[in-house]
Amino acid sequence: MLQETNVKNVDKVVIRFAGDSGDGMQLAGNIFSNVSAGEGNQISTFPDYPAEIRAPQGSLSGVSGFQVSVGRDVHTPGDRADVLVAMNPAALKTNLRHLRPDGIVMCDADSFTPANLRKAEYTSDDPVEELGIDPRHILLVPMSTLLKATLEGSGLDQKAMMKCKNMLALGLICYIFDRPVEAVLNKLKKKFAKKPAVYEANAKVVQAGHDYAANTHSSMPVYRIETATSRPGTYIDVTGNTATAWGLIMASEKSGRPLFLGSYPITPATDILHELAKRKDLGVKAIQMEDEIAGVCSAIGASYAGHLAVTSTSGPGLSLKSEGIGLAVMAELPLVVIDVQRGGPSTGLPTKTEQTDLMQALYGRNGESPLCVLAAASPTDCFDMAFTAAKIAVEHMTPVILLTDAFIANGSSAWRVPEEADYPEIHPHLVSGDQLENGWKPFDRDPENFVRYWAIPGTENAMHRVGGLEKDFTTSVISTDGANHERMVEARRRKIAAIAKDIPLMEPLLDAEADTILLGWGGTYGHLLTAATELNREGTPLAFFQFRYINPLPANTLECLKKYKRIIVAELNTGMFADYLQMQLPGKEILRINKVEGQPFFVKEVKEKIIDLINNDHGNQR
Amino acid sequence: METNDKATPTAFTAADYKNSQNARWCPGCGDHAILNVLHKAMAELGVAPKDTAVISGIGCSSRLPYYMNTYGMHTIHGRAAAIATGVKTANPDLTVWQISGDGDGLAIGGNHFIHAVRRNIDINILLFNNKIYGLTKGQYSPTSDRGTVSKSSPYGTTEDPFIPAELCFGARGNFFARSIDIALDTSRECMVAAARHKGTAVVEIMQNCVIFNHGIHTFFADKENRADHTITLRHGEKMLFGKDNNRGLVQHGFGLKAVTIGEDGYTIDDVLVHDAHTKENFLQQQLAMMDGHELPLALGVIRDYDAPVYDQEVDRQTREIKATKGYGNLRDMILSTCESWEIK
Repeated sequence: MLQETNVKNVDKVVIRFAGDSGDGMQLAGNIFSNVSAGEGNQISTFPDYPAEIRAPQGSLSGVSGFQVSVGRDVHTPGDRADVLVAMNPAALKTNLRHLRPDGIVMCDADSFTPANLRKAEYTSDDPVEELGIDPRHILLVPMSTLLKATLEGSGLDQKAMMKCKNMLALGLICYIFDRPVEAVLNKLKKKFAKKPAVYEANAKVVQAGHDYAANTHSSMPVYRIETATSRPGTYIDVTGNTATAWGLIMASEKSGRPLFLGSYPITPATDILHELAKRKDLGVKAIQMEDEIAGVCSAIGASYAGHLAVTSTSGPGLSLKSEGIGLAVMAELPLVVIDVQRGGPSTGLPTKTEQTDLMQALYGRNGESPLCVLAAASPTDCFDMAFTAAKIAVEHMTPVILLTDAFIANGSSAWRVPEEADYPEIHPHLVSGDQLENGWKPFDRDPENFVRYWAIPGTENAMHRVGGLEKDFTTSVISTDGANHERMVEARRRKIAAIAKDIPLMEPLLDAEADTILLGWGGTYGHLLTAATELNREGTPLAFFQFRYINPLPANTLECLKKYKRIIVAELNTGMFADYLQMQLPGKEILRINKVEGQPFFVKEVKEKIIDLINNDHGNQR
Repeated sequence: METNDKATPTAFTAADYKNSQNARWCPGCGDHAILNVLHKAMAELGVAPKDTAVISGIGCSSRLPYYMNTYGMHTIHGRAAAIATGVKTANPDLTVWQISGDGDGLAIGGNHFIHAVRRNIDINILLFNNKIYGLTKGQYSPTSDRGTVSKSSPYGTTEDPFIPAELCFGARGNFFARSIDIALDTSRECMVAAARHKGTAVVEIMQNCVIFNHGIHTFFADKENRADHTITLRHGEKMLFGKDNNRGLVQHGFGLKAVTIGEDGYTIDDVLVHDAHTKENFLQQQLAMMDGHELPLALGVIRDYDAPVYDQEVDRQTREIKATKGYGNLRDMILSTCESWEIK
C-alpha cells in the first residue's frame, strides 16, 4: 500500500475542525497542534464559535469551528483549510466556504441521517451533491459504526462512546499529516491520568482512526510538513488572553508592585479575568466587580493604594470605563486597561474580531485627555505588550490602553516560556525619602519626562489628596485658574509624548528600500507579514511595518514614512489608523485596505488589494 | 442626653487630621460640623493619618477629603464606593472612609452602594443626607419626599424616595447608624462605632443645606423638637426618649408603639432593650424605619453585627492558596501546570 501513497511535501497545512459546540473539536485541534509543535512545527490556532452557548444539536447556528495551521513560517491560522473535518451535515454546510477549492473534506457518514439533514436545512438526501463537492475530495467515514466496533465490550454506554468521536477524527488526521500516534497517546495519558478507563477508550479510538485511514484510503495524499528551527527552550501553546494575564504577572514580579485586577465578565475578554482569578496562587488579587465602571474604579483605588492595577474589558465595557479612565489621566495614576476588541458598535458581533476601538482608545474621553495606547500583534506578543503596558504605566504614571482583539485573544501559538532574565526590571516612579523631607508636593514633576511621583498610602509624611479637579502646577492644591489649567494640559500632553523616548524606533521589514510600504497595527500582523513576504517572493518589492506603539508613535515614524512613495494601511475597520496617520502626514496620500466582516484578513485578499492599489495608483508622483 | 465622652486618649489629636485648607462650604452648612466631628472621631480611634484614606465622589459633601491631613481621593460622581473597595482590597491595613451625599451615594452611585454593602467590605460610609442636590443648585434627590418642589420638580415630585436604612438592610447590611449634623456627640459615637465595626458600615447623617433645602430636618432636628421626635439607641439600654426621658418603645403586635411610662398601664419593664448585635434584623429594621412623626427617628447605632469581611477574605484566600501551591514565580507556575515541550 505504502508505495502507492501520494506524499506531498509542504511548508504548512491548515486544518479546520467543525462540529456541534459539544463535539470536542477544540480538544482534537489542540492535541493536533501540540503534537505538531513537539515535532518542531510552528503553530497557530483560531477558534470560531457562535454567540449561542448551546444551540440545538445538529443545527446550523450551533456549529463551532477550530482552525489550526502547522508548519514553517506560520504566522496565521491560515486563510482556507487544506482539510475540513465536519462532524455533521450542519458543520459541513457552514464550513465548506472555509475550505480551499482543492481541499479535502472528511465527514462522519453516519451523521447523514434524515433528521440531521433536515436540521441542517438540506433540500435533498445527498449533501455531497447538493453542495457541489467533488466526490474524489470527500472522505466519508462511518465514524459512529467504527466507534461502536472499536469500543464493543469496553463497558461504555452509547453516550460515552459517542464522546470519543473527536478522537477518531484526530486519528484519521494524524495519519494524513504523518503525526506519530504515540505522541497523541502521551498527551491523552496525561489528560486522563485520573481516569484510566477513559484513557483506554480514547487511545483505542485514536489508533482505530489512524488505521482506518492507512488501510482504506491509500489514494489520499499524506503530507510531510516542513519543520522550523526555533530558539532553544521550553515551549507551550498559549492563547492571547492567557499571555496577556501572564505578561501582567511578569510585570508585577519585575516592578515589585502587587498585581490587582478589577473586572467584569465580557466576551471576548473574560478569560483574562479567569486566568488572573486562578493566579491567587501567585498572590494576584483579581476581583469581579458589580459592573464595568466598578471594575475600572476599583483598579484606580488599588493603584492609589500602590498596586499594579489593571482592568480588562471589550468595546462596550471600554465605553463605560471612559469617565474612570479620565480620572486616572487627571489624578496621574498608573492604570492598565486591556481592551479585547470585538465587532461593534453596541453589542455588535460579540464573538467576532475587529479593530474598531482605536479612536475610542485614543480620544474617547472628555477634555484634553491624552494617554498611552498600545496594540499587541499576535497571541504571544500579548505577553510582551501587557508587560510593556504595565511598565509604561508605573514608570510614566499614566493610564495605558492595550488593544488586543478577539482573533489574537482566542487564537494561540507556540511560545517559549521566558526566563526571568529575558525581561527588564521595572522602576515605578516612586517618591523618595529625600523628596518627602524637602517638602514634596503630589504634582511635582520629574523635569526629564514630566512624570509626577507615586506616594503610597501608609508612607509617613506623604499624606496627600488627588482627584478629578484641576490642580495648581506649583502648589498641587485645587485651582480653577485658566492659565494654570493650560499649563497643566500641556504638562500632561508632554508627559505622554515623552514616552516615545522609551519605545523602539520604527524599522521597516522585508524590502525596506522599496517604493511601497504596507502598514498595519495590532492583531493583523500575521496576515500582513505573510502577504508582504509572499508578494516580495513573487516579485513585488514591498516594505512592511506593524505598529504596536500607537500613542506615542515611534519617534522616527513620520521621518521614516516620508521616504516612501506609496503608503498602504491595512486594517479591520473603515480606516481609523490611516486617518490617524493622515492627520500627522498632511499632503501624503495614504492608501487603504479595509475589512469589517468580523473575521481576520485572508492573506490572498490582502495580496490582491495591494497589487490593485499599486496598479491603479495615479495619485502619487513617482 | 449625650453621655459618652470618656474617650480614651490616643497618640493623636483632632488637629493631626486637619489640614491647612479652609473649608469652602457655605456659612452655616451642616458639613462644617460633620468635618469637625470626623477629625475628633479619628483622634479617638487613634489610627495614624498615614494609615487613613478618605474617598469621596462628587457633590458638596465630597469636597471633604481636601480638608483632611490623611490620604484621600476626590473621585467622580457616584463611584466612591467602587474606588474605596479597590483601596481597601488592595491594602486591608488602611482604614478607609467614604464620603457621599444622597445624590452621589444613592442615585448615580446606587449600584456601587448596594454592592459594597452586600460584599461587606470594611469601609465606613458617611452618607450626608440633605434630600437635595446642592452643588448643582437645587434639584430633588432620591431621598426627597414625594411632592418636593425643587428646580427640577417645580410642581412637586411624583416619585417616592429611598429610605437609606431600608436600602442598606435590603442589601443585607450589617451596620447602620444615624445621626444629625448638629448632634455632635451622637455623630462622633456613630463614626467611632462604624470604624470599629469590621465590614461595611453605613452612617446616615441628616444634614441641613442652608441654601437649597433649609429646615428640611427641623421637625426632629431642632433643639426643642429633638427630645420628642428622636430616640438615641444604645446597645443593651432601654429604648427611652422624651424631654423627661419617660417615653419608651414597646412591642405592639407586629410593630412598635411609643408609650409614656406610667400611662395606660405601661411600666419601664414593658420598654424594649436595644440589641444592635443580634443577627435577626427584623426589629432593627422597624427601628430604622421610624420617621420622627408618629414614632421618633432613631439615632445612634441601630445594627452592628459581625459577618465575614470581604477584604479580609480575599486576603486570606490569596495567602492560603499561595502558600498551598507554593509556586516561586510565574515561570515555575507555568512549568508546573502547562503541557510543555523542549526545543534543543
